[in-house]
Parts: sequence; C-alpha cells; structure tokens
Amino acid sequence: MLIKLSGGTVYDPANGINGEARDIFIRDGRIVKSGDNERVDHEYPLKGHVVMAGAIDPHTHIGGGKVTIGRMMLTEDHIGQEVARGELTRAGCGHAVPSTLTAGYRYAEMGYTACFEPAMLPANARQAHMEMGDTPMVDKGAFVMLGSDDFLLRAMAQKKGSEFINDYIGWTMHAAQALAVKVVNPGGISAFKFNQRKLDLDEKHVHYELTPRDILITLARGLREIGVTHPLHVHGCNLGVPGNDETTLATIRAMEGLPVHLTHVQFHSYGTEGDMKFSSGAPRIAELVNKNKNVSMDVGQIMFGQTCTASGDSMRQYGNTKSAYPKKWVVMDIECDAGCGVVPMKYKDKSFVNALQWAIGLELFLMVDDPWRLFLTTDHPNGGPFTTYPHLIRLLMDRGFRNDMLQKIHPGAQAATILGSLKREYSLYEIAIMTRAGPAKSLGLKDRGHLGVGASADITVYDDIADREAMFQKPGLVFKNGELIVKNGVIVKVVQGATHVARPEYDRAIEKPLREYFDRYHTVRMDNLRVGDDEIIQSDKGSIIQQPTRARVKAA
Amino acid sequence: MTATTTGSLPAETASPSSGLATGGATGVHENVACPFCGIMCDDLEIGRTASGLKVRKNGCDRAVAGFERPAVTSSPQIAGRDVNLAEAVTEAARLVRAARLPLFGGLGTDVEGMRAVMSAAEHAGGVVDHAFSEGQYRNFEVLQTTGWFMSTLTETRNRADLIVIVGSDIHKLHPRFFERIVATPEPMFLGAGKKRTVVFIGAGLDTSAATGGHIGEVISLPCPIAAVGEVVSALRARLKGVPLAAKDIAGIAIAKIDDLADRCRKADYGVMVWAPPSLAFPAADLTVRIVSDLVKDLNLTTRFACLSLGGNEGAVSAGAVSTWQSGFPLRVSYASGKPDYDPVRFAAERLIARRETDLVLWVASFTPDLVPPESDIPTVLLGVPGMTLAAQPAVYIPVGTPGADHAGRLIRCDNVVSLPLRNLGRSTLPSVATVLAAIEHAL
Repeated sequence: MLIKLSGGTVYDPANGINGEARDIFIRDGRIVKSGDNERVDHEYPLKGHVVMAGAIDPHTHIGGGKVTIGRMMLTEDHIGQEVARGELTRAGCGHAVPSTLTAGYRYAEMGYTACFEPAMLPANARQAHMEMGDTPMVDKGAFVMLGSDDFLLRAMAQKKGSEFINDYIGWTMHAAQALAVKVVNPGGISAFKFNQRKLDLDEKHVHYELTPRDILITLARGLREIGVTHPLHVHGCNLGVPGNDETTLATIRAMEGLPVHLTHVQFHSYGTEGDMKFSSGAPRIAELVNKNKNVSMDVGQIMFGQTCTASGDSMRQYGNTKSAYPKKWVVMDIECDAGCGVVPMKYKDKSFVNALQWAIGLELFLMVDDPWRLFLTTDHPNGGPFTTYPHLIRLLMDRGFRNDMLQKIHPGAQAATILGSLKREYSLYEIAIMTRAGPAKSLGLKDRGHLGVGASADITVYDDIADREAMFQKPGLVFKNGELIVKNGVIVKVVQGATHVARPEYDRAIEKPLREYFDRYHTVRMDNLRVGDDEIIQSDKGSIIQQPTRARVKAA
Repeated sequence: MTATTTGSLPAETASPSSGLATGGATGVHENVACPFCGIMCDDLEIGRTASGLKVRKNGCDRAVAGFERPAVTSSPQIAGRDVNLAEAVTEAARLVRAARLPLFGGLGTDVEGMRAVMSAAEHAGGVVDHAFSEGQYRNFEVLQTTGWFMSTLTETRNRADLIVIVGSDIHKLHPRFFERIVATPEPMFLGAGKKRTVVFIGAGLDTSAATGGHIGEVISLPCPIAAVGEVVSALRARLKGVPLAAKDIAGIAIAKIDDLADRCRKADYGVMVWAPPSLAFPAADLTVRIVSDLVKDLNLTTRFACLSLGGNEGAVSAGAVSTWQSGFPLRVSYASGKPDYDPVRFAAERLIARRETDLVLWVASFTPDLVPPESDIPTVLLGVPGMTLAAQPAVYIPVGTPGADHAGRLIRCDNVVSLPLRNLGRSTLPSVATVLAAIEHAL
C-alpha cells in the first residue's frame, strides 16, 4: 500500500529541509521515493500543515521501580485524572506520574513516537522493561545505570584495567537490554551508603578512594572504546545544591574532550549570589557548553505545579526531602548496585527558588547556541510532567508570551534573571532539531527522527496555529511505522512500539569473574539477572531493534 | 578476544535467552528461581523423578512442598461436573458477564497473569484485590502518608552490621532468609574483625537460624507482638533523649531499650526488618510507621534502612502491576470504566462479607493453601490442583504454577528485583494468563 502525504510544509533538519512544501510517500512502514507511475492508495492533502518526524523524548522516567513507587505513593495526584477504558484504549490515570498505558497514549496524542527511560538499574532492568512493555504507542529504550555499582568500583579500585571494565560495560548493556549508559552522581550513591553526604568531583569515596572524576572518565572513555553511539549520559555531582554551577563547569573541563551528555542541566546550574544565596549559573554554563563541542545536554526545565521527582541519586534526593510536598518521600539503597529517591515536589511561581529555577532552565535553552546539542526535556516527571511540553515550546518560540509569564513569577526571581533581555525565539526548524533530529542522532537511532528515504514512517502533522502551545498540544495526524495512530488528537489505532537496544562487543570471559562475584555476594544469580529477548518479544509482546555500534577499539 | 559477541549478530543470538522458554522435560535445572515465598531464592537445583520434580539443592520446606507437589489429575469443572476447558471458559465468561460487580481476588499469579487480571477486570467492570492485601496495606498506608527509607536483600546481606527483626516470625515465612541474608559467611563490607548483631523484638520468634557466618551477638527483647510498636516508640524516644518514667515498656526494661539505642547510634548500617503478614494486630500500619520514622531519625547521623519481607503468593507483583497499569495498588474498581480507588470500600474481604460482590473470580496458581474465603457467593476458581474447598465453585479451571509448569516472571519482596521463572515441564496445565485471556475474549 502506497500512502502519500502531499504538499505539507516539511521541517526535516536531518536532511536540511526547512519549511519546504514536499510530498512524502510511505510504503510498508517506511518512507520511500516518490512512486512516479504507481497508484497511490491513500492520499492526505496537507497543504499549509506542518510535517515533522515523530518526536523523541530522550530523557523521561516512564518505567521502572522508582516510577511505580511514585505512582503508589502519590495516589492523591491521580484523583480526578482517572481515564476510562475506551473502544481501543485501556483505563489508567494521568498527571505527574501517569500509569504506563496512559503515558503511552498521551505521548502519542502529542505527536511523540519514541521515549527513553534514562535510569534503569541493572537490578531493576527486568521490571523497567515490563513497564515499558505496558507503555503502548511509542518506541522505547533505556539507559542502564553504572557508576555506583560495587562491581565497577571494586574493579577500578583493584586496577583491573580498561579492557576488563569495558567488557563489563558491554556485558551490562546486553544483560539489561540497554541502548546507552547513564551515570548518576558518580560514586555518590555508593558513598551515601557509607554515610558520606556529599561527593564533589574530586572528593574521594571513603571506601574505594575513587573520585567522581575517575568514574566519569572511565565510563566515558569505555563507551567510546566499545563503540556505543550515545555518549555517557551524566547526571553530575551536587544536584540541586547552590554553587553546583562550579561543579558543572569543572565536570565539562574534566571530560578532556571526551563525548558526554549532561542531563537536566537546569538542576546543576545554581550559583550562590544574592541575598538568598541562590542565583543563576546558566550564562556561564551555556558559554562553556557553546565552546565545548564534545558536550550535549538536556535542560530538565521545571514547570509550575505538583509533580514528583524520581531519581537514582539517593544521596541528593535524601538532601531534597526537606522540600517534599506533600511531606512524604522514599529513599532506597539498592542491591550493591544503585539507589533511588522519590520526592514529591510542588513548584510554585511565587517561590523565589522555584521561580528562579524556571528562569534558569529557560536561560539555558536560549543561551546554548546549537540546538543539535540541546534537547527539550523536563526530565519528566522531575521538572514537571511531559504533558507540559507544548507550553514549554511556546515559551521558547514566543518572546511576548514568555515575558508575560515572567511578569507573574516572584519579583525577586524576576530581578535575578536576565531572561527578559533574551530576544531569541526558537524557529520550527530548531524545535524539530531539539525534539527529533538531535535526539535521534545522539542516541544513534539511524532510521528515526528524520523523513528521508528509508526512515521509519514515524510522522507527525500539525495545524500551523500561531499559538504554538495549541499547535503542539494536539497534532492532526500521527503515523507510527506508516500506520495512522492518532487523528485530531484522538487515538485511532493502538500499536505496541519497539524496544531499541545497542549491543557493543564484549569478551564473554568477563562472565567468569562476574559469576563468581554474583555467587559470592548477591542474592540473584548472574544468569537470572540477564533480561532475555524472549521476555520482551513474547512476554511483553514487543520487538527489539538493535541499533548499530562502532567497532570496538583497544583501550587507551 | 575470545567468544566475542558482535554488534552485527541478529538480535535472537546476540543476547542469550533468559531461560523463560527453556527447561526441557528432562535433565537437571540449575539456578532455578523459587516462586513460593517473597524472597525468591534463585539458586535451587531441581531434577525430575518418574512422578514429578525433585528439589536437589537449596530447597526449603516451602520450595519442596511447592515444586514436589504431587501431580493430581484435574479436569475443569462446572458445578462439580467434568467438562473440557472451552466449556469451562465459556461458562466462566457467562458468569463474569452476568455479574454486577465481579471481584478478581486471590491473585496468586505472576506478572503475566496479573496483566491478564487487570485487562479482564477492566473489561468486566470488576474489582481487583489480592488475598494478602491486609498485610500489604500495613505498608502501603505508611508509604502513602510518610514514605520510608528502604534497603534490599543484597544490600542488607553485604552491609548491615545491625539487623533488628521487628515482631515478625521470619524464619517461618521465609525459611532461608537467615541463611542467605543474615548468616552469610562473607559480607562485602564487614571485615574480619567486624560482627553483625541481630536483635529480635517480640516474644516467641524463632531465633534458631540466627547463627554462624558473621553473626556476633544475638539479643532478644521478648514483648507481646502487638506491643512491638510501643517498644520501638520507646527506642525512638530514648534516641531523641526523651526521659521515660516507666521502668519497662511492654515488659522490656528501659536499660535494655537504652542498650539497643546505643547500638543503633553506633551502627554503620542498621536495618529494621519486618514481614507485614506477621504484624497481624489492629492498626499495625502505625507500628510500621513508627519503625519507618525511627529509621528516618537515625539517618540524620548514621545510615539505617527498613527492609520489608512478606510478599508470598505473588502479592508484590499484584501490587506493582496494579499500580503501574491503574495508578493504584490494588483495591481498585472498574465499575465506572475508570479506575476507582478506595482501600477500604474495595477490600476483597469486606466486599465478600457485605455481599457487595456477586461473583468471585479467585486466582491461586502457586499453592493449594490460597483457598477462596468461605461464602455462598458464586465462585470461578482458577486454582492449582488439589485445593481443599469449603464449597463447590460454580466453575473450576485447574491452572499451572509459574516456575514449575510454565514460564513467568515475579517481583521479589523488596520491590526492586524480579526474577525469571522457568518452565520445568512439570505439567501441561495452562497459565492464568492464558485462561484469563480466553475468558476475556469470550466476554
């Protein structure tokens, strides 16, 4: 069957197409060359409509134990957000920590066709995949967390060498069915178990005598050597601590040009100036990011209202529990592997700190020059639920609207931000980079995030409305693998979506010391930790797409 | 480099199978995960005999009873009359369809079975609740009011220098907990000179397994189980320096409580352990809350965490799947089409006692002990063969056990780890997921 999307205004930055009227042809789920003499089975006349690839969220907490702890803890947030079973769709609930099913539907209704869970612990990987398996409509994938796991820290402390560690990174990615690797508060989650309450970039872990800098370099270099496309995904030290702008600047310098992705940088851009000893570090950080082409980032914009923070960073989340709203929280030490902290939060525009956090996020968006290295996220649900993205897009595209909003926040925060002076307005082309082409390129999704021939036909069609919030809220058409799944914001077909993984080379010999380690210390056998393909394909009724990796090179 | 996997291999071969679909009809299975209690040991070795399975290594009483349960020939039945599976499914669907408020109870099943329960309950406009919710809600109430600081099995095994058992007869519920978590020979972070202290709060707790390995002192503070909360409250008060006029609390001398307070203060990593089913007294959630609050206090200066056990009969998986699919941890009604949450109104026990449900669809795929509550409400039973029932169910469909008769996955008591359950080829009985999908299809 040949489908033709005719005459839409296409924004396809991966192929350099900036708002040109184009025809797009789809056959068997893929974008194909125009079939000159072929009969078109179905044509969608799209003159005047905006056409982009399906959107990709490269950092959203949609599946895994900590999200379900949030769901279980914050039942009051679900009240009034319950969703009934429909003709095609299952029941569930929405808002800050939506149910898996509802999250999938909402993402698709907003034109998203792929979402990536950024904090999958090896110990919890099976459950993360089960929850993603119950998240329909979108493709998914996950970044496996390393950096506070005792196997790695022991190996580093015992100087086992880079090849050994690189094999372990590769093994873990296979075992956990991961697309990329994330480090959260490098070494800090482990240090907290030894009663350290903070761990600066060059501060030593009391037990292993390693520093976060050692861990960052080891993992970032390891990923480059084993050929994983997405650079090390870094949630740095000192999240949320005033003065952490210095840590972030030092972290960028510490990477020595190694590819690195800094996540939710808004939470890591706080200075200590002013009466409140809380100020924006965004300009300095944006300046250094602009200079260092090895660095990409996402923002983790906060949006006002009730949400729930959920992070692997048990150390810093414990520190944040004093701000919990409502006053309840969960922090966990997990399996000699990692940790987590789930802290509900209500960001208020009349709070100086929250208002300035909001402004800092927007400063970052507007001051980092290159949208190819900057992705649009709220770190759902940490900065706010993903359903606020259309509002965020309007803030970026519409200076008048942004300045109106700025007038409403705490006056002290207004005085402490340069936001009002920033003239930049994002174009649709730049939005398409930040929400499609950029994340796809960074994650190594070779046939996603663009509309060139051979790409998977994940396509979103918007009405070209001046109010960009309304426009991005409710796309007219969403195609997934060439099938129409959403029409006028309503789901017309339910699909499952695939799981993207990367499988770098590793030496199976690593299983010998690993098996011994698991037998000796763990309560799970090495072979039972591993998530099998059959679990995703048969038990979760999904499919696996293996994205390419580069050939492994010898460790430096 | 030897035996290297490469990025270019097809997906099916590049990542070894989890063993979900493996486990032939013969041979010995190693590293088998056991679904018969919430701590889910996964180091069992299981072989076959002419009549069934034989636990060859690392089995406890529960594992042996579960895996070696004799095969009983069992046919689907309608009102006690043998029928084929299709007829039983049709009749079950008819009853579910006709019911005003069907209750999906018991819920002793794996993740796949629970997914099928949620889907069918939604479709039928029913209520979901697990047989052990009363126990789980002792925890959920605390999670939903104040939250907590938790540890997991491996973390506790390797790190705890002080383990306090709060009012729970853990050895009975989880026969290998002490062997695997407490009396371990070589905890990662307890050096040669460092011993693990084990404290039991509550009278009549089996302390016999708290011996060997790195265990040093074992201390018992025998008070009535229902009074453990008072003792922990006193401990918390003493840790805060509050003077207490009483000479003893629930029979425990203040000096002993002070001694425990001192040990808590000096511990590098203390863990307070309980099993919710053991705290079977009114308002036991307040005891869990006191323990959780104590742990929060202790973390101001040292490191402490809670560890909640329990979770037998698939209770943890039921709570988790219900939560991620509906937003709510069981006790959800789909009568309106939307998930309607009320932990009081939609408690299975209450719905049955008050006859607010007119059909009980009871799921028990692990043990024959999880029998439906006695009532004259018509029951559709998806159960393992060999259950002793007070009343004849309207429909009975024998189902297999995940991890023995078919593959599956189950979430462990700490709500972090989940384990693959293997098909050991014990029988060809269908899974709960299969049967429920057929019933839902026929609705």
